Amino acid sequence: MGRGGATAWVPDLANADCILIQGSNFAEAHPVAFRFVMQAKERGATIIHIDPRFTRTSALADIFAPIRSGTDIVFLGALVSWLIENKRYFHEYVSAYTNASFVVRQDFQDTDDLDGLFSGWDAASGSYDTTSWDFERDAQGQIVTDETFEHPRCVLNVLRRHYARYTPEMVENTCGIPVATFTHIAEILAANSGRERTTAFAYAVGWTQHSSGVQFVRCSALVQLLLGNIGRPGGGIMALRGHADIQGATDIATLYDLLPGYLPMPSALRTESTLAEYLASNQKKTGWWANMPKYVVSQLKAFYGKAATPENDFCFSYLPQLIGDHSMLPTTFAMKDGNVRGYFVIGQNPGASGQNAELVRSAMERLEWFVNIDSFENETSSFWNREGADPSTIATECFFLPAATVLEKEGTMTQTSRMLQWHDKALEPAGTSKTDLWYFYELGKRLKALYADSSDEKDRPILDMTWEYDDPDEPGEPGEPSARKVLQEINGYVTATGEQVASFADLKDDGSTASGVWIYTGVFPDATTNRARSRVGDDSTSLGWGWAWPANRRTLYNRASADPLGRPWSERKKYVWWDETKGEWTGVDVPDFPKTKAPDTPAIAGASGMDAHSGADPFIMLAQGRAQLFVPAGELKDAPIPAHYEPLQSPIHNALYAQEVNPMMRQWRRPDNRYNDSPHDYPYVLTTYRITEMSGIMTRYIPWLAELQPEAFCELDPELAVEKGIRNGEYMVISTALGEMEAKALVSGRMRPLRINGKRVHQIGIPYNYGRMGFARGDSPGELIALSMDPNVSIHESKSLTCNIRAGRRAPLATPDIEMAVPAQMRTTIGESVAHGAQ
Amino acid sequence: MAKTTIDVTQGILRDVQSEIGKRVGMLPNLASERTKTLRGRINGAKATVSVCPYCAVGCSTVAYTDSTGMLLDVEGNPESPINAGHLCPKGSAIFGMTVNDARWTTVKYRAPFSHRWEERPLSWAMERIASLIKTTRDETFVREWNGKRVNHTRAIASLGGATFGIEENYLLGKLMHSIGVVSIENQARI
Amino acid sequence: MATGFFTDTTLCIGCKACEVACKQWNELPSDGFSFTGDSYDNTVELSGTTWRHVAFVEQIAATPDGVEDRWLMSSDVCKHCENAGCLEACPTGAIIRNEFGSVYIQPDVCNGCGYCVVSCPFGVVDLIDSLGGTAKYSTANLQESRLDASKTALAHTGGVAGKCTLCYDRQTLGMVPACAKACPTDSIQFGDVATLRERAKERVTTLHARGETSAQLYGADDIGGGIGTLNAFFLLKDRPSVYNLPERPVLPSTRQPDGYAAAAVIAVGLAIAGWAIFRSA
Repeated sequence: MGRGGATAWVPDLANADCILIQGSNFAEAHPVAFRFVMQAKERGATIIHIDPRFTRTSALADIFAPIRSGTDIVFLGALVSWLIENKRYFHEYVSAYTNASFVVRQDFQDTDDLDGLFSGWDAASGSYDTTSWDFERDAQGQIVTDETFEHPRCVLNVLRRHYARYTPEMVENTCGIPVATFTHIAEILAANSGRERTTAFAYAVGWTQHSSGVQFVRCSALVQLLLGNIGRPGGGIMALRGHADIQGATDIATLYDLLPGYLPMPSALRTESTLAEYLASNQKKTGWWANMPKYVVSQLKAFYGKAATPENDFCFSYLPQLIGDHSMLPTTFAMKDGNVRGYFVIGQNPGASGQNAELVRSAMERLEWFVNIDSFENETSSFWNREGADPSTIATECFFLPAATVLEKEGTMTQTSRMLQWHDKALEPAGTSKTDLWYFYELGKRLKALYADSSDEKDRPILDMTWEYDDPDEPGEPGEPSARKVLQEINGYVTATGEQVASFADLKDDGSTASGVWIYTGVFPDATTNRARSRVGDDSTSLGWGWAWPANRRTLYNRASADPLGRPWSERKKYVWWDETKGEWTGVDVPDFPKTKAPDTPAIAGASGMDAHSGADPFIMLAQGRAQLFVPAGELKDAPIPAHYEPLQSPIHNALYAQEVNPMMRQWRRPDNRYNDSPHDYPYVLTTYRITEMSGIMTRYIPWLAELQPEAFCELDPELAVEKGIRNGEYMVISTALGEMEAKALVSGRMRPLRINGKRVHQIGIPYNYGRMGFARGDSPGELIALSMDPNVSIHESKSLTCNIRAGRRAPLATPDIEMAVPAQMRTTIGESVAHGAQ
Repeated sequence: MAKTTIDVTQGILRDVQSEIGKRVGMLPNLASERTKTLRGRINGAKATVSVCPYCAVGCSTVAYTDSTGMLLDVEGNPESPINAGHLCPKGSAIFGMTVNDARWTTVKYRAPFSHRWEERPLSWAMERIASLIKTTRDETFVREWNGKRVNHTRAIASLGGATFGIEENYLLGKLMHSIGVVSIENQARI
Repeated sequence: MATGFFTDTTLCIGCKACEVACKQWNELPSDGFSFTGDSYDNTVELSGTTWRHVAFVEQIAATPDGVEDRWLMSSDVCKHCENAGCLEACPTGAIIRNEFGSVYIQPDVCNGCGYCVVSCPFGVVDLIDSLGGTAKYSTANLQESRLDASKTALAHTGGVAGKCTLCYDRQTLGMVPACAKACPTDSIQFGDVATLRERAKERVTTLHARGETSAQLYGADDIGGGIGTLNAFFLLKDRPSVYNLPERPVLPSTRQPDGYAAAAVIAVGLAIAGWAIFRSA
């Protein structure tokens, strides 16, 4: 979609006429947001839940369809096919706002032609040359289009052919959803979309934690775009995020491949040694991203202040360069192989909730030093003292720094609808606890002091980094950092005067402005206004409550809530429209469009920036201003159109193509990361999830929550329980090639075997909330899951797995063999995935 | 910054008639002195607006503290358009996360090969950690790779970010990037 | 004007926020950590220290489209009866009906005799042995010294009977009880009982019109057995017994005349039997 956030705002779900929840246990994982689903339901909306398990969400839904985990693209792809074949898509929306009419290059070959692969596959490197995944261009370089949708290679027809084999029968045989249920759901979605009505989709990690996770979400976008539900009230795709500031941590990007504000990290895999080279390889010529130089330079000014000058490339060379995939999973292997010496873990617990948790813990034994910042002892902090470990052999020097809780500090978190909300400080931190801000600030100050006398070029970033966050007006001890000051820097200021910048439109690429995170510019528009702290809500879009990026917009691409001429699609779904008399866009939300750009403004051929888009192109962040039913070259690594591949570990062969699994998915075949390669030995499908009453270490020590779900459990169907001699409430063991865990059995008809291609498939489920510490405790499914990951965003596959089960308890854990023979060729360094073209 | 004070009585029943002594049993039972003077403990308490630290829905909360700064109660903020005063079970237990005997509120240190955690002063720990970062960085810093400037260290990694604030993420990222750390990750990939 | 709860189970998502919000506000300890295997219900029942309890009832037919499958959830609580067995049985005058029409156990008066426990037709009231006894961290650091006991609805002394106070102390400030405030979907509604009853009856009409014909109220009207109406009443999706609620609760005092008669009959019978044994010997 071109922006890293949910397209809609949570309360807007109440305006939906239908809500499809898939890949999410909405009611359990986000109970308070679910009240808007209930409000929609009370107003007559149909609630559909598609999930491997009958959950508390299913109990409240009008329709529940059980699905085999990991087959969502078959279901969604079949919806795409059904909508196109039955001409039930929103024709006007699709033709005006998507790239359905664009003609794809002649040399593009689809999975239909190549039995599961797209054109450009290079078996030697295990990656795609994506050149052919693009549009045909005329002599002037303009994309060839066919508004009549007659051209056999226009995107709509490419989709039609691609999804032709995704039939309702295929859904029944692959997903386990009966044909009648599928068509019933398709009818309901189509009937509740169009000018007068809108349907919303909601998903969570049930869609992302797969080897094709990005394509799951992409496929839902295809359906929503064909139905014309993006950018409209009661529509959109609601990404339900699981942590309080996970959106913020993505925006600000404590992620290896991103700088704050979705700017890519410079990479030595490309040629980006200078600022000019970096911009040349990343800047888009058309659309909003043409402004990228302003954001990069302003960020460098925020980082390095006066030291950043036009002459020295604004200190661009201070930024470290990537040489591969440095995400968590490859880093874990590098750690295990002795290539990481120091590790910070802050408010995260990979020793219990990580995949292949024992790999994580044993990898940590190789560290020289380890710093954990948390409020509770956890499986990661005390990895050296875990069951089966011998501390006298573990050399790691470990620190536990006590963290203040949210009530004990002030600051901002960004919630799932991209909304920044400031929280005030209610009380002093307990004991010697400090805020994370204090720890980072203090470390920076100490490092500056340690390097103060250095003249080495490599130490300039530390010495030149601006690091003045003391605030004499703030209460507390001297040297306490001010979150307000940091937020002001994030917003940005004029370097000459120090005045706050009011909008990202005011940022410059000449060094006259500084801004830490350009998408957040506007949250602190003047010295005294903190819009994250504004608290005036209302019954509509609550523009006075908090502040949502970009520019306080609630619904992204809301230009699409009006027709191409700028008129609301219907009175009932009126949201943002063109006010002819005032000559500007207006409505109940902040228009996500240049305010005075009229709907009839023509696109200027060959122009750069926003001039390349017409007044009827709503998707301003995308190069062509149109939503991408077909994603052109270079943006995704594994497919321009979603295709179904089986999960890496599946009891079923891919019924659609000879290609079994996502060819681009990342695997590590080593003795300490074994996969279930034999479906015969591991015949049951295993899925994981979280439950309402628990999160992780933040809840397991709270008695009020621990008593509600006191112990790890495993849900299975009665038929399977009888077959395996497992009794409800008693212990059972779940095993994979990687390891074993035990849990109490919860036998329930809510779990049900599916019939897949005539074969009976049992699915079991284990919550991902537990660990071996706390009042509520138990083994974590992290003990069972070998690392593997999606090629686009490096997310692991932990929602669709296979396992075996038996009654009884597991054996006690033995001392781990951390010297376990990992042959040299299997070993890894952080930068190891160069060959996979990870950058 | 000034704290927002919430009217605790907001939007709720006020006009209740006294029915003490209403005859229901054989004889009416009488209210004790304690009963007659019973008032909710947040009467007159300071109210501070906060945000729930669990999932990403972003429910607004109100924390009540007494004049000594002791936490009395945490509940949903009725003014929020997101949660309108409601909270889920985890949000309802925020109090128990902050006020909890099991919580660790002192700096702990585990020496190499040791079998136990021991208490250490904060300043000692910070000095030690800073010096470990410097040593590791200096010994592993890579200036060039395949003929290209990379200016990084792959021997230090950082994990975490989704459970703390954007200001904190920003400082962590700014610091780590300036040190040259490239393996910076958080729960967004979890 | 009496206040109470209308618990509409058709809106319940089984999140148990009510249970936690209640424990937090009323500073109640956990009742221990044991896994039951009974659906998602590890709370099991109301107790002296658990004043809200969400019941889970699985009615799974496992049809392919799930249309017939139901997972019923309902948050149980003290009913605050019009004629309350506990109040009638209390020999110390500890249980009163307060100005909000709620049945309130005064912890400073209660001596823990337990008469109320056996007199509750719904099995709600229970004795609290001593707080903090279940586990070391049973109250999340809510040591008695932290808070002035006179400021909480429940004095932290133990050795008393405990049950829902309808957040008496909150109501004195005009605040909604903790459970109703927390409930994310308004399954628990608080307010003037008469208003709530009207709302509940309209709701049943709506549900019946939607085809949910088994929707029924429990305790909105006289429930019989001498109990009268309930200030905390329920809208159920099935028969009360499905939720483990008594179909025909009876106020113990209404049984007393029958009890005397039965005792008389037995006495006469024993006399005759004794006489017969004596004779045969």
